[in-house]
Amino acid sequence: MADTSDRANSLSIDAPADATIDPFFDQDDPVLSTAPESRVWKKFRSHGSAVFGGILVAFFVVIALLAPILPIADPIATDWGAVRQAPSWAHPLGTDEIGRDVLSRMVWGAQASLLAGVVSVAIAVTLGVPLGIIAGYFGGWTDAVISRCTEALLAAPFLILAIALAAFLGPSLTNAMIAIGISATPIFIRLTRGQVLSVKAEDYVEGAQAIGLSTPRILTRYIFPNVFPPVLVQATLTIATAIIAEASLSFLGLGQQPPAPSWGSMLNTAKNFLTQAPWMALWPGIAIFLVVLGFNLLGDGLRDALDPRET
Amino acid sequence: MLTFILRRLLIAIPTIILITIFVFALQHLLPGDPILTMAGEERDPDVIAFLREKYRLNDPIPIQYLAWIGNVLQGDLGISWRTNQPVLELIGEKLPVTLQLALMAILFAIVIGVPTGVLSAVKKGTPIDYAANVVALSGLSIPNFWLGIMLILLVSVQWQLLPASGYVPLSEDPVRSLTTMIMPAFVLGTALAATLMRHTRSAMLGVLKSDYVRTARAKGLLERSVILKHALRNALTPIVTLTALLFGELIAGAVLTEQIFTIPGFGKLIVDAVFNRDYAVVQGVVLVTAVGFILMNLLADVLYFLLNPRLRQQ
Repeated sequence: MADTSDRANSLSIDAPADATIDPFFDQDDPVLSTAPESRVWKKFRSHGSAVFGGILVAFFVVIALLAPILPIADPIATDWGAVRQAPSWAHPLGTDEIGRDVLSRMVWGAQASLLAGVVSVAIAVTLGVPLGIIAGYFGGWTDAVISRCTEALLAAPFLILAIALAAFLGPSLTNAMIAIGISATPIFIRLTRGQVLSVKAEDYVEGAQAIGLSTPRILTRYIFPNVFPPVLVQATLTIATAIIAEASLSFLGLGQQPPAPSWGSMLNTAKNFLTQAPWMALWPGIAIFLVVLGFNLLGDGLRDALDPRET
Repeated sequence: MLTFILRRLLIAIPTIILITIFVFALQHLLPGDPILTMAGEERDPDVIAFLREKYRLNDPIPIQYLAWIGNVLQGDLGISWRTNQPVLELIGEKLPVTLQLALMAILFAIVIGVPTGVLSAVKKGTPIDYAANVVALSGLSIPNFWLGIMLILLVSVQWQLLPASGYVPLSEDPVRSLTTMIMPAFVLGTALAATLMRHTRSAMLGVLKSDYVRTARAKGLLERSVILKHALRNALTPIVTLTALLFGELIAGAVLTEQIFTIPGFGKLIVDAVFNRDYAVVQGVVLVTAVGFILMNLLADVLYFLLNPRLRQQ
């Protein structure tokens, strides 16, 4: 049946593109973590696109980290003598509607975007993985309760849920990250649960139970390592989704609040000055596109490298 | 068939109940007391007491929930605090606009995504395949609201080909209605087109390896007929299901698209409601979308069942 398990996948903006994977049935296959690290790394490196993705991501991370020490203008300093100026030597990417340096706002905006992507996914993983492990390993009514709640949360489209949560929590970057994190949690619950269910049936787990190992030990030593690779892949791809979601919320005015810079809110202002200052709309969009592309390529590459069935 | 649908409906019921609980709980997340806002500046204790009684805020929360759900079941989703219109009426007004947008977007996505996916699978490993994959991944990575802004800049401002914003009902002027909707639908459809392309490609690759395709080729059928009649038909099953499943994502994407092209639809309704703190509308929209999404899932399952002869015979 077109089980709901593929919904988690449709929520992440990525879809399995592997030739051998049927998108509707193959969600629960175990991805063995026993593949030697070096082999994974070799496979990853041989993927030109994955390496390119990694470089894109690294570029933005470095820029975001170096923002305080880069020789750029103050991102919130206004200059009424230089309003909406086209790119020039003084302002390589131009200035905005109140004379702020666009390059500087782009650099600081990278911080907001990456932070939002990473923090919201960290929230989703921290909540989702333990719940998924509990649901999958213990089964019974705990599983029933967790699974039904997951389904109910998955029924509201990701962005609508995030908008509603952000609206009720109040607009700020922190609340946007919480809203996105909570909205993304069901993806990880479902993924982890499926993974645990398939690992639980393995002989070595039954063996561990038979020789009387404690439950926490089984969970940390045998279950978690098998859950980790697919979670890592999904987390990378979800960071891409989360960055777009943060940009969307900021674009709607529900994320980063002015005057603090964020790519989404820069686009929101830019759309009012399209004819007078098109560069204001150009750069933030390109930046979002590149960083999201980077995480998507990286995630795709990691999936192929960590999947023992792919040669 | 009927028992199958009934069983799926029954499974959906607890999910729907949980959704109503979540939606109801949303209003308790609210910082501050809405009654104090409603009571105005004087904050007359009598008025406050009256409003509390009127909105049943003195009752225990489970009782409040039951009263609310009772109203919802009778089609009463509350009243917009801003326009004083019933929420259901507002939704009924805006939904057709977004449905037109979403259906046109799906059309774009299918027309672009499926043929490219087939082509990419048939030409696997060639530059065509590679190019199609690059375009698809870009389609997934482009924020659709930015794509919208850039298209307005290019198509409406520079070339002056299509209107940048607005909405004309289909019943009023079909031609103008479609032309104003082309750009928004294209923008909304890009991500879906990319997803469909990638799924079509992987489904086709799976099918092309199967025995019956080899047999069809061995029989000496034309390659075109092998691909279109034998392979694509089977590859389409998961794609039809996926399209139904992704419908919810389209509605969510419409929020931003409508904002950019100032289309007075469902998405603009929720954004305006959020900024006016019109929580009854926000709740109503989330509830309707979620229930709609569950129904679309049900439709996806039924379609899958109908399209898959192996399941029908069981």
